[in-house]
Amino acid sequence: MAEAASLVARPVGNVRSLLALYRAQMRIAIVGTLQYRVYNVVELVLMLSEPLVYLMVWRIVAEEQGGEVDGFTPARFAAYYIAWSMVRTFTQSGSPHNWERQIRDGRMSAVLMRPMHPIHQDVAHWLGFVIARVLTWLPAGAVLCLAFRPQLDTGPVQVVAFVWAMVGALVLRTIINDVVGIAAFWVTSIAAIGSLMQVVELLTSGRLVPLDLMPGWVQSVSLVLPFRWAFYFPIEVLIGPMSGAELAAGLAAQGGWVVAMAVFFRVVWRRGVRRYGAVGG
Amino acid sequence: MPNGLTVAAVHLRVSALNEFQYRSNFFLQVLQSLIQVVSGLVVVALVYDKTSQLNGWDRSELLAAVGVFTIVGGLVRAFIEPSILQLMDDVQEGTFDFVLTRPVDPLLLVSVRRLNVWQLADVVVGAIIVVVAAADLPASFGPAAAAVFVALLGSAALIAHSMWLAVACCAFWVVRLPYMQNLFHYVGRSAQYPISIYPAWLRIGLTVVVPLGIAVTAPSEAVTSRLDATTVAVVAAVTIGTVVLSRALWRRGLRRYSGASS
Repeated sequence: MAEAASLVARPVGNVRSLLALYRAQMRIAIVGTLQYRVYNVVELVLMLSEPLVYLMVWRIVAEEQGGEVDGFTPARFAAYYIAWSMVRTFTQSGSPHNWERQIRDGRMSAVLMRPMHPIHQDVAHWLGFVIARVLTWLPAGAVLCLAFRPQLDTGPVQVVAFVWAMVGALVLRTIINDVVGIAAFWVTSIAAIGSLMQVVELLTSGRLVPLDLMPGWVQSVSLVLPFRWAFYFPIEVLIGPMSGAELAAGLAAQGGWVVAMAVFFRVVWRRGVRRYGAVGG
Repeated sequence: MPNGLTVAAVHLRVSALNEFQYRSNFFLQVLQSLIQVVSGLVVVALVYDKTSQLNGWDRSELLAAVGVFTIVGGLVRAFIEPSILQLMDDVQEGTFDFVLTRPVDPLLLVSVRRLNVWQLADVVVGAIIVVVAAADLPASFGPAAAAVFVALLGSAALIAHSMWLAVACCAFWVVRLPYMQNLFHYVGRSAQYPISIYPAWLRIGLTVVVPLGIAVTAPSEAVTSRLDATTVAVVAAVTIGTVVLSRALWRRGLRRYSGASS
């Protein structure tokens, strides 16, 4: 569709207008999400059931093994899974299927006519959304800490690094979802690719168990894939212990992945938009 | 008034025929089922790599429990989730009026009109896991035990349906609950493992607050020959309780529903 390609968003390139977009989109997302007070609480409580179940299981294992498993005491498991719940809340970034639907419906045509690249709206929206969700999480997190007495090896530097790592994780995860989503420019249904990504993410991101408990080869694979940096890394930073060097190296790796995925997205996007042919609309 | 059973049968057939058109969805669904199962199996493998007993449950027993969980999950995603989500959409949009004007009990209609046939792939995958795990179990599985197992699966489905109906009834008051699918997913995850391995407070929570826990545990215990009379009594009480409560909520919700403006 040459017409669509010619109307493709040219990035405005003005940092101030980009910041304005982010501020506006985030505010809309925050206000919009906070409206659903009852729902937020219900969803939070139910979401906590997953880490709670994993925590219970591993605590039992640790107790049966005489107090620890691979260096993880029950208190460290508690720290891991409470941090898990916070990072999980903060890295919710929609799904690739949102893009698939937009492309299939033809709504992408309207999106392409905007002066800013749609990925900015996406990232800004999810950033606002998760900030609102984390605000709901904080009281629950406090209760969990009181109940389970997690063991933390954290200093103020690590806390700051943790916030940075969480934002980086969200941005990384959003870009990954978006890259998978725009495969819809080529295939009608991204369900198969999406499922494959889901499996790899589940196994290499620390979602199921702390990566330290996984067999060695899984840990090696996780180091060369981005998913670890979009979930496990912030948890690691928060619960510690992490030396300054490890912290710096980790943040650099995460930043590297964000840049790499962003570049990859841009390349794929350009090719995809040229191919874009809407179904109606 | 059409016979309720006829209505259900017709809807089932039409839904199934509709879904069968999209055969590729079956393979995608099997892929999805395997992914769900993989996460459960990976955790089991890792856990039993480090220990041999999880509060009295050994590897084969927990594997059987994971299989039962997969079966119940499949039943929920095939029969319950689509119709509950449709109900909530209808209440929000006002198209629930069209359900109320039909000459059938609205609860029956709401429960049978949407189903996702391919999700039954989970039931098959789960059954395979149960069979594979049961081969390692010492006790034999006679027809009486099988009947109890099926009955407990039935009560699990009933509990799940009542539980989700109660949640959906909140739509009559709160109107909009976004991302409901996420809730199904999370609640499902909480019932992954048999609740008898958990401390007392969590066992009670997963019996009374989120009864899906006991609903899935009871058939798991039946398969692993750990079932006792107390559990059966508790399951019966929970089934009756959830059914009665959800029906009461439904009736109150219906009274409150004011419909789309004309």
